[in-house]
Amino acid sequence: MTYLAKPKLHHPSLPKNKLGFTRRDYEGKVSTLCAGCGHDSISAALIEAFFELAVEPHKVAKLSGIGCSSKTPDYFLGQSHGFNTVHGRMPSVLTGANLANRDLIYLGVSGDGDSASIGIGQFAHVMRRGVNMTYILENNGVYGLTKGQFSATADKGSKAKKGATNKDTAIDTVGLALLMGATFVARSFSGDKRQLTPLIKAGIAHQGAAFIDVISPCVAFNNHAGSTKSYDYVREHNEAVNRLDFWPSREAIGADYAEGDVIEVPAGAEGSIIRLRKLAADYDPTDKVNAVSHIARAAEKGEVLTGLLYVSPDSEDLHAHLNTYPAPFNKLGEKDLCPGSAMLDKINAGLR
Amino acid sequence: MTTTTIKRLEALNDFVVKFANVNGSGSASANELFAKAFLRMGIPVSPRNIFPSNIQGLPTWYEVRVTEKGHLGRRGGVDLMVAMNPQTWAQDVKEIEPGGYLFYDNTKPLPPSKFRDDINVIGMPLTEITNATYTDSRERQLFKNIIYVGALAGMLGMEPEVIAELIGEQYKGKEKLLKPNLNALQLGLNYARQNLKDAMGLKVKRAYNVGDKIFIEGNAAAALGCVYGGATVCAWYPITPSSSLAEAFQFYCSKMRVDKETGKNKFAIIQAEDELASIGIVVGAGWNGARAFTSTSGPGISLMSEFIGLAYFAEIPAVIIDVQRGGPSTGMPTRTQQSDVVKAAYLSHGDTKHVLLFPHDPNECFHFAAEALDLAERLQTPVFLMTDLDIGMNQRLTDPFKWDDSRRYDRGKLMTAEMLDAGKEFGRYKDFDGDGIPYRTLPATHPSKGAYFTRGTSKNPYATYSEAGADYQYNMQRLQKKFETAKTLVPQPVLTPAKHPARFGVIYYGSTSPSMHEALEALSEQNIHVNALRVRGFPFGDELFDFVASHSKVFVVEQNRDAQLKTLLVNDAGINPANLISILHYDGTPITARFIQKEIAEIVAALNVRPINIKKDKAA
Repeated sequence: MTYLAKPKLHHPSLPKNKLGFTRRDYEGKVSTLCAGCGHDSISAALIEAFFELAVEPHKVAKLSGIGCSSKTPDYFLGQSHGFNTVHGRMPSVLTGANLANRDLIYLGVSGDGDSASIGIGQFAHVMRRGVNMTYILENNGVYGLTKGQFSATADKGSKAKKGATNKDTAIDTVGLALLMGATFVARSFSGDKRQLTPLIKAGIAHQGAAFIDVISPCVAFNNHAGSTKSYDYVREHNEAVNRLDFWPSREAIGADYAEGDVIEVPAGAEGSIIRLRKLAADYDPTDKVNAVSHIARAAEKGEVLTGLLYVSPDSEDLHAHLNTYPAPFNKLGEKDLCPGSAMLDKINAGLR
Repeated sequence: MTTTTIKRLEALNDFVVKFANVNGSGSASANELFAKAFLRMGIPVSPRNIFPSNIQGLPTWYEVRVTEKGHLGRRGGVDLMVAMNPQTWAQDVKEIEPGGYLFYDNTKPLPPSKFRDDINVIGMPLTEITNATYTDSRERQLFKNIIYVGALAGMLGMEPEVIAELIGEQYKGKEKLLKPNLNALQLGLNYARQNLKDAMGLKVKRAYNVGDKIFIEGNAAAALGCVYGGATVCAWYPITPSSSLAEAFQFYCSKMRVDKETGKNKFAIIQAEDELASIGIVVGAGWNGARAFTSTSGPGISLMSEFIGLAYFAEIPAVIIDVQRGGPSTGMPTRTQQSDVVKAAYLSHGDTKHVLLFPHDPNECFHFAAEALDLAERLQTPVFLMTDLDIGMNQRLTDPFKWDDSRRYDRGKLMTAEMLDAGKEFGRYKDFDGDGIPYRTLPATHPSKGAYFTRGTSKNPYATYSEAGADYQYNMQRLQKKFETAKTLVPQPVLTPAKHPARFGVIYYGSTSPSMHEALEALSEQNIHVNALRVRGFPFGDELFDFVASHSKVFVVEQNRDAQLKTLLVNDAGINPANLISILHYDGTPITARFIQKEIAEIVAALNVRPINIKKDKAA
């Protein structure tokens, strides 16, 4: 949405990752969102995560729905193809794109209106299918672009800027994703980049449906007293179950790790490791049933439960379910796809 | 019942048999066996399922037209009714042509009031025979069907060896089922030979009119076309009458698209949660360079509306196969119509228009499906294959499929990394070639060039968001130009000239085709000569304008209430509606030759014009 071009000149001493890219190579256009918007912090965490993972920027496909959150893919990874689809339907488009070329990294960016209201059906089904993606829900409990209506994730009793109280039950997207079969489920806060960045990295490495709900306050319409999605509320009620570090390989793990309440989970196919420092003593993120009840209890208490809430150590993705060929479909030609005239003659003969 | 005063229809290789059954009674495979036996005797047939939206218990019919001349449309009328459903008895008896035949199970005698005095009644104690022969109730039901096929074969003079051969093929490797089926067939044959010797005036005799034609449903043919056309992604949601298309794609892919070395699939089929997700998956795959399609029917088309607008405006290839059924709303899910034409042509909000293809038989379903995949990529837009239940769900005799092995998929204007490195300018929505079609890059084409943000909002030629009026208009006019280009790429109409100079023309499309041709022959015998143009694609090309201009009146024959193709002719092609006369059939049954003939003859009579004087015309 911007007409401003960023300067292309880089400072020569900007740090580079192992592919030689600087953080600037992962940036996009200048954001047109409101100053202080939580979504811009998420974009910054995404840039950081991709930089640290040393992903080739063009090997990422960014897909989004409609809304403030869905505009953000224009503001990071400018060398990647992006697709701003239709409201609530990003999951199906991402599924199709993923089927066409399994070699890319798929990032889905959505909001609470997009995913929990109009798109709740597609949200549920993309998790069920185990599409290999990282699905980021930028959750502010409010419709920003249409100026302040409650969304379906607004908590019961939360107050709108103009004073109305929300009477409807909130949809808890992490609980929903978990029940629908997502194999990586996390919640974070846009104001906590230290927690969010490694979660994104782990989500990208995860083979299967990775879902990260990020509470992302709307400074224009939902950051007032009485809102449960304001910066102040989330800071006061943030209950992190664990702190996560993501390591590209076992060898890379730093030696300065204090042993103790640490859980290791393999992440993805290439030997990466997730190390979790337990903050809640009884929390085992590989135990799905326990995760479901923990999330429900926290919601009852009005806590914002964050961290890696669930990860399946042996996840499978849609391509595994469909037993698809290893080469991307969009690279297959006649030789691979067309059975030819001799076969057709046989088929004809069988139809007489 | 039979008395000497009743007229007896006599016909050789040219009659209509209708089976009235109860849904779920196993009659379908026996009836199909009956139909196929004629083909093996070299006599063309055209069978049609007339079935309810139900799994078990409701009435279902199967109509077999035996037609040595190869008239594959529905004729209208029934010469022999095989009445196996007491529920529909009265209606079934009523449908028989005077002098025609009623075949029924006379185990329990019926009062004379149940019959008509102008038809020939043939009774056979089917229940008595099956009860005496079989103990299991399911066997009694299933073999009753085969027994009546045997009896009909005996009466009509069909070659029993041919039916036995077909049964043999059906139960190949299942010897346990083969023998009792052959026995049941023989049982029926013997009964007819002994008891119904001269009951039937309809006869068949081996002919040589089937040639190398094949017998297949349009849905299976379209699915095969998608396999040959290189579709790798199919997303669908179950809906009658299109479900068998996706299932056939699954079947053919499992036979021909599994990599021999790895055992891995070179296809992905998703049964989506609804039609919105189906088309979303297709759009996502098309955006990322895989050939993708969905198959659906009217209600699905309505649901896909928003995504189709996105694909049109963001210029993403997609193939939508619409197997049309009776609308509006849930309408008549198991009946046929051509009533999605206008909807598909202008689907979605804003100024949108789409490319439509109209196949008229399974052969064109195959070829147009493959063609649609090419066109969608060439034009970077949704392409609709507009078939219907009549073509899609009935086995039809059709020309064998052909494939030229030197044919290459037309991937359209794809900008490659090499082109970008060579300095070729990339403007995703810019018209470089003057045909309105821009170049596109696929995701991950190049590390630093050619990436863009696809969106449904307005943009400038370089894919940057823009609400500037000039940018918007440039884009809309370019899309219009692209649509003009499409005129030259869609399948061109097929002209069938009358044998004599003709004042009148007729435009028709899709499943109307076989009945139309039969009607034209009959009209010609009445000295009514009509030139015929079969439309095969939208947007319409110049040939259509010439056709309309060269006739005083042009009939437009369609299977919908609102004259939808005529609407396109008037609205999109700007043809004067005063020159067009609609002939509309929309009761859900396939249009018949008799209906078309009658309608045209009546209108011509009312117009009171004499045929063009042939001699005078030649002199001029």
